[in-house]
Amino acid sequence: MLTGRAFKFGDDISTDLIIPGKYSYLRSNLPELAKHVMEDADTTFVSRVKEGDFIVGGNNFGLGSSREHAPLVIKMAGVKAILAKSVARIFFRNAINLGLPVLICNTDEIYDGDVLEIDLKAGIINDTTNGKKLTFGKIPEVMLHILDEGGLLPYIEKHGDFKL
Amino acid sequence: MGKTIAEKILSAKSGVDAYAGDIIVAQVDLAFVQDTTGSLTVRQFKAAGFKKLAKNIKGAVFLDHGAPSQSRELSNDHILLRQFSRETGAFLSDVGDGICHQIVAERFAKPGDLIVGSDSHTVTAGGLGAFACGMGSSDVAMAFGLGKTWFRMPESYKIEVSGKFTAGVNAKDLIIYLIGQIGADGATYKSLEFGGPGVKNITVAQRLTISNMAVEAGAKVGLFPADVLTEKFLVERGRSDDYKPLIADQDAVYERTIKINLSKLVPMVSKPHTVDNVATARELNGTKIQQVFIGTCTNGRLEDLEIVAGILKGKHRHPDTRLVIVPASREILLTAIRLGYIQSIIEAGGLILPPGCGACLGLHQGVIGDGEACLSTANRNFKGRMGSAEGLVYLSSPATAAVSAIKGEITDPREYL
Repeated sequence: MLTGRAFKFGDDISTDLIIPGKYSYLRSNLPELAKHVMEDADTTFVSRVKEGDFIVGGNNFGLGSSREHAPLVIKMAGVKAILAKSVARIFFRNAINLGLPVLICNTDEIYDGDVLEIDLKAGIINDTTNGKKLTFGKIPEVMLHILDEGGLLPYIEKHGDFKL
Repeated sequence: MGKTIAEKILSAKSGVDAYAGDIIVAQVDLAFVQDTTGSLTVRQFKAAGFKKLAKNIKGAVFLDHGAPSQSRELSNDHILLRQFSRETGAFLSDVGDGICHQIVAERFAKPGDLIVGSDSHTVTAGGLGAFACGMGSSDVAMAFGLGKTWFRMPESYKIEVSGKFTAGVNAKDLIIYLIGQIGADGATYKSLEFGGPGVKNITVAQRLTISNMAVEAGAKVGLFPADVLTEKFLVERGRSDDYKPLIADQDAVYERTIKINLSKLVPMVSKPHTVDNVATARELNGTKIQQVFIGTCTNGRLEDLEIVAGILKGKHRHPDTRLVIVPASREILLTAIRLGYIQSIIEAGGLILPPGCGACLGLHQGVIGDGEACLSTANRNFKGRMGSAEGLVYLSSPATAAVSAIKGEITDPREYL
């Protein structure tokens, strides 16, 4: 069971909002890069987010660049899952490859600051602030296996190949 | 059952008779990285214990996003990537050679190929009939080492085009129009497959522009059939052996069909801050712009520079509008010099940058300031994209951009042709 606060964002949170391209030169200095997570969407996010929190978006979360650094800096901020109504393809794959769950659900009734309990196995999100329970869509099996191993690197280290 | 182009390529590369929705593992022909995603790829490749590229794969490293490097940190990443190239034999395209997607089209991509790159605009090579798909650093690292990766076979949308572009209208207007119609997530996980009688009227350079922006509708790939124009493009580069015809089967199954008559399209613009926030150029006539940026993997090709030089020749940019132009590759720059395009552009007050990505991603070379508006021929206008979250980025064709540079405001180019 994961428990944490929701940081609510709107639709179309691009990879440029998550980690702007202007910081591309910091991609081999991850602690420095991570200081800019979500900077152009909410400048206060980085100082408020705590280990265990969640990012909650709307439609088309993570659209844009293939930069894996986008889910990487979110993960480094301590975020344990991303919830969104829909997610861009490359971002989805990148997040799972880093062992960061992306849960597709109707996020309309989750508000900024709500405390959520998420049962990944049961597929249930409990918003303890407003008492509402949500279910999230099934993650495709091949991605679930990668997620279960903690990401693509540990998956390949263990299996040596893609096992479908 | 008939197959789409995507189904044909991924079936051939996986050895499985696969259709939309199937999960397959496929052999990759070309895997590549660029200089902002490559360092993570190299670290993941090494962490997984790989030392060599898989035997079946061609690997490539492109130093194009910071070309030349704007900082010590990025220069150190360039050192790491050159070293990786030396150790593994991956092809090295160094600073000044050009943008990864342009070089891939000029030198490597061919009909039927399966290409993965750690850059979202890897889709560009779909213009040549290659299943070319953007992925993250870890996926490309594993593709380097294993020579394969997994895919979910996408459903396909057929974009059936008819007619011909009219004067002042081209590929960029088509793709902006299409994204406006279906939305920035309108084709998420899908293959956009272009077909119909109008395809023969779209040059390969223009196909590359269209495929390049398939990802801006969320698509996994943007595919064109391989036809006589594809063959001509390859033959002109001494690559006649790389050609094979590739078309979808007559009875292929499409999730959706969208018809577009090229003859009816007008100059289009994407407004801040999403690509699907579209308007006609005419609707935006009079919008002041402080910079025009022409180039990138979307519109930095020779045909684009020909249009731009033709418009600028004997004219001058507006005094309040900077004009920054970046050819997409060394080959393009050299040819544009030989044909006099560069002279026309510089005499018109334009500034030529070395082949590369330039200011597109806001890293350097033409970053905009707070409150400034830039009309760009690139593919993205997200908030903060060109370096300032307070800046505004509009997207258009090269013709619209060049005419607007002269006027100092967004202008429908048809009024000046």
